[in-house]
Order: sequence, then C-alpha cells, then structure tokens
Amino acid sequence: MNDRAFNDHSYEEFLKEEKIMGSKCKKCGALALPPRPLCVSCFSQDLEWVQFRGAGKLVAFTSIVIAPPSMAKEGFGKNNPYIVGVVELEEGPKMVGRIAGLDAKKPAEIDLGVALKAEFIKTDPAPDQKTYLVFRP
Amino acid sequence: MGKKKKLSRGVAIVGGGLSKMGLFKDRNSKDFFAESYLEMLGSIDKGVDPKDIDAIYIGNFTNDFFVNQAHWGPIISDLVGHVPKPVTRTEGACASSALAFREGVFAIASGFYDIVLVGGLEQMSKRTTEEVAEGLGTAGSPYEVAAGFTFPGVFGNIATSYFAKYGTNRETLFNVTIKSHLNAPLNPKAQFPMTIRDFMNARIEKCRQKGMPVPEWKDEKDFLRDVTVNPPIAWPMHLFDCCPISDGASCLLLVAEDIAKSFTDNPIYVAGIGQGSGYSLHATKNITSFEATKYAAQEAYGMSGFTPDDIQFAEVHDCFSMAELIHIEDLGFFKPGEGHKATAEGLTRLDGPKPINTSGGLKSKGHPVGATGIAQIYEVWMQLREKAGKRQIPNRNLRVGGAQNLGGTGGTCTFTILERR
Repeated sequence: MNDRAFNDHSYEEFLKEEKIMGSKCKKCGALALPPRPLCVSCFSQDLEWVQFRGAGKLVAFTSIVIAPPSMAKEGFGKNNPYIVGVVELEEGPKMVGRIAGLDAKKPAEIDLGVALKAEFIKTDPAPDQKTYLVFRP
Repeated sequence: MGKKKKLSRGVAIVGGGLSKMGLFKDRNSKDFFAESYLEMLGSIDKGVDPKDIDAIYIGNFTNDFFVNQAHWGPIISDLVGHVPKPVTRTEGACASSALAFREGVFAIASGFYDIVLVGGLEQMSKRTTEEVAEGLGTAGSPYEVAAGFTFPGVFGNIATSYFAKYGTNRETLFNVTIKSHLNAPLNPKAQFPMTIRDFMNARIEKCRQKGMPVPEWKDEKDFLRDVTVNPPIAWPMHLFDCCPISDGASCLLLVAEDIAKSFTDNPIYVAGIGQGSGYSLHATKNITSFEATKYAAQEAYGMSGFTPDDIQFAEVHDCFSMAELIHIEDLGFFKPGEGHKATAEGLTRLDGPKPINTSGGLKSKGHPVGATGIAQIYEVWMQLREKAGKRQIPNRNLRVGGAQNLGGTGGTCTFTILERR
C-alpha cells in the first residue's frame, strides 16, 4: 500500500477495494482527501496513507433539477431530482458526493448536520468499472 | 501577507466599449468585438491613432468549445489592423478578461508598453442550453463534476450553508434579483432591460391574450415564489437566481499615466488590482466565502491604500444571486452574514449608500463569460466619468469604484479598484 503514488488514480483504486484513503503529512499531521502529492500546509513530501471511516455530517447540499448529460443518462432530471452535497468527515476533511436517502423533491425540509455514512457503489463492469461514494443517513 | 505590492508606473483607462448583450446567432465574436472596439475609439475625447497601440490582451474562456474556434488573439489582431504586433489570449474561465486587463496593466507598469488594448469576448448562442452548461462545467472542479454537481448546484450548496449559518432562507435572495432587475432597464446594453414587475405584467398580458386564467401575484416576491414562472434549477437556485446565456464583447484602452492627459482630460486611474486562486468546495475552509476574492481584495486594497469603506460602488460577479451576497461580504463591504440584510434594507440599490451592480449585473445585463471581467470594469469607468446615463449613481462626488470578477466556482477571482483624481 505504501508504494502507491499519492494521487487521484490511487484514490480511485482504493475505492474499488472499498477503502477511503487519503494522505497524512508525517511532519505537521495535515490530512488530505483525496490525497495530495505534497503537504499544502507545510510543503513536506514525507507522507503516509490514512484510511477514513466514511462517517460524517451534511454541511451543504443542493437538489439538482436541471441535470448535466452524465446524470441525465442515469435518469435524473426534472421529474427525478437528485441531491449532491458536502460532507464533513469525523476525521476533519470534507468530501463532495451524492446524497441518497433524503427526499430530493422536498429540499426545503432537509436540515444540515444530519449524520451520513459512505457507501461504495460500483458502475457497470464494462467497459471500465468505477466505484464511487454515495452518502446516506 | 507580505509587503504591499505597488505598480512601478501608473496606468489609466482612456477609452472603452461594450457590445449590446444578448443572443445573436446571425453574428459572430468578431462582430461583437468590432462593436465594442468602435465604441472605444469614439469614446476617447482627444482620439487615438490605432497604429500607436503596442499590444493587445484578449480574454476568452472557451469559444474553442462554443464555436469550435480557438486562438482568438490573431483573429482580433487582424480585425482591428494590429498585425504584426503582439496579441495574447488569457483564460481564467468567467474571469478571463479580468486577467487580460491585469496583464495589460502589468505590461504598461513594467515600462515595456505605453498603450495597450485589453478586451474579452464570448459567443454562447450557437450551442444548446445543455451544451453550454457542459462547456461551462469544464471550469468546475473535477471532483464536483464527477459527483454530478453543476454550476447552479455549487452555488446551491453555498446557499444552503449560508442559510443555516446565518439563519435566513431563500426569500432573502429575491432582494438581490429584484434589485438587479431595477437597474437593467436603465442600461441600454442590458440583455433583459426589464424589472421583475415588467416580467409579471408581460406574463399577465400573455395569459390574457391566450384566454388563460390570469395569475394574481401580490408583489415581486410572490411572483418569484411561483414555480410555474420561476422553476427550480438546483435548490435553492431557481431560474431568476441564475444569469443568462449571452453573446458579447468588451474592451478598454489602457495607457501610461504620464501620457493619459493627451487622450482625455478625464482619465480614470487604476488604483489597485488583485488576483487570487481558490480551492473547490471540499477543500475550502469556509464554504460561504471565496479565499480567491479575499486575497485579490487584500492585494488591491493594499496597492491602492483604500479601505472597503472607500469603495463607493462596485460591480460584483453575480452569476447567481447567492454569489452577490458572498462577494459583498468577502470584499469587506458588509460583515460576514450581513450581506443579505444590507441588500434587504436597500443599501446596495442604485440610490443606496453602496450601489452594487448598477449595470444590472450578470443576472440582467448578461454574461458572455469571456467578456464579463472587462464589461464590469467598463461599468465602473462609465460611472466614474459620469457617462452612465439613466443609471448614473446620484452622487456628485463619485471618485472610487471597484469590480470583482470570479472564474469557475471561485478558482480565479480578481478585484480592480478605479479612481477619478
């Protein structure tokens, strides 16, 4: 695990293994998720991998009605809005991601602060299977 | 922050032009630029010989995508008879032309050039709305795009965070939209020269003509609450929270301060310029602020010696209603969380103590992305020269104004302070 490069590719590979992995600066302790090739707090290049539990709380969100082509392909849009938001993890760093299990048609009723847990979702195997995170209460 | 950065040589604006904003499928970016360029030539009181222009800097975000044509520098150089002298294109998403302005200022301040044309252009009308959204989306953060975020979606996130933090709600954004649309009818260049009341009346008239039931809205806010006329885009952003798709071009003529008076008796001086970069949503410490704007503002305030209170009016990047509230707080005009109250109290109206977006802003003037940065500075220049016509700020002592431009979802921000001496 330690010889993987601290980059987006490694992050995605770890997701396939159902692990949320970021980088930790050995010098100042700053966390980065996704990982960074150098610490942007103290600029040290002495880094290690650290696993995140995937538990956190909702700190911002939206319910998208006008979907981009990639989401429209999945059937999202005017009659089927979806929620994306910012989740602050227990360990500190924030992530952006899709939020499931909250009513996208009633966004005015959603409160921030709701506890969320990450779930690993796999796309179709062919031609290039990817794993992404969905957060749900 | 380190030492206050100063320009080693002063720079003044002596001319400017802005094309009419709107959707013009039968014209192209050259036509828009020519329109703004010819206005610029005519605006210079004592004239300029175009042969004396040393260099051109031109901002364009992504005509590469919008009209399948990149490399706009030489096209514009050819158009205005500037060949073989140099032209440089700048890209900073929706802040592209503010970067052209900044490069032009630096080129003169360095002593290398004396007279520089800076401009911006974009044509968005040749693509469908979905395609335009996709094109603009390329300026977003890759992590946000992968998660299914859209631009309105990013500002929707900022809005829900702002509401929770400061105990307000969607209704407060109506004040921004209503205010912008009060200014637009006073601007002959505006894409939507209509107040919200005008939109209401037009809708009522349409229903009458079609024999449909005539809607009864109590007031402008009641109209904006109605999802049949103001549908959701990305909660809480609705149609009237979002700027339109636009075509247009803008330009300004910059000259060294020491020769400015040979072009006009009323040059407007560049008092401060700043530029910053910013994180995307997941990495930023504060979701309800743009670090890029704060850095740019610090730089511009430091250079000019002015404080936020000295800035008598400003154009800010209201790509979404929510964005305007963030900007007027980041620039220090109002304390964090107070921008919405100030707007509700009318402080940012044309006749208020701190007019914001006298042009109508991106929301109602229009937002041809690559042209916007200089279009904003053009408005400040017009106001300081007292040439803003019906939208002239009713203050006989107008001396200092600012323009804040934002690219992407806050990845690139600039703040420019102009001064009449």
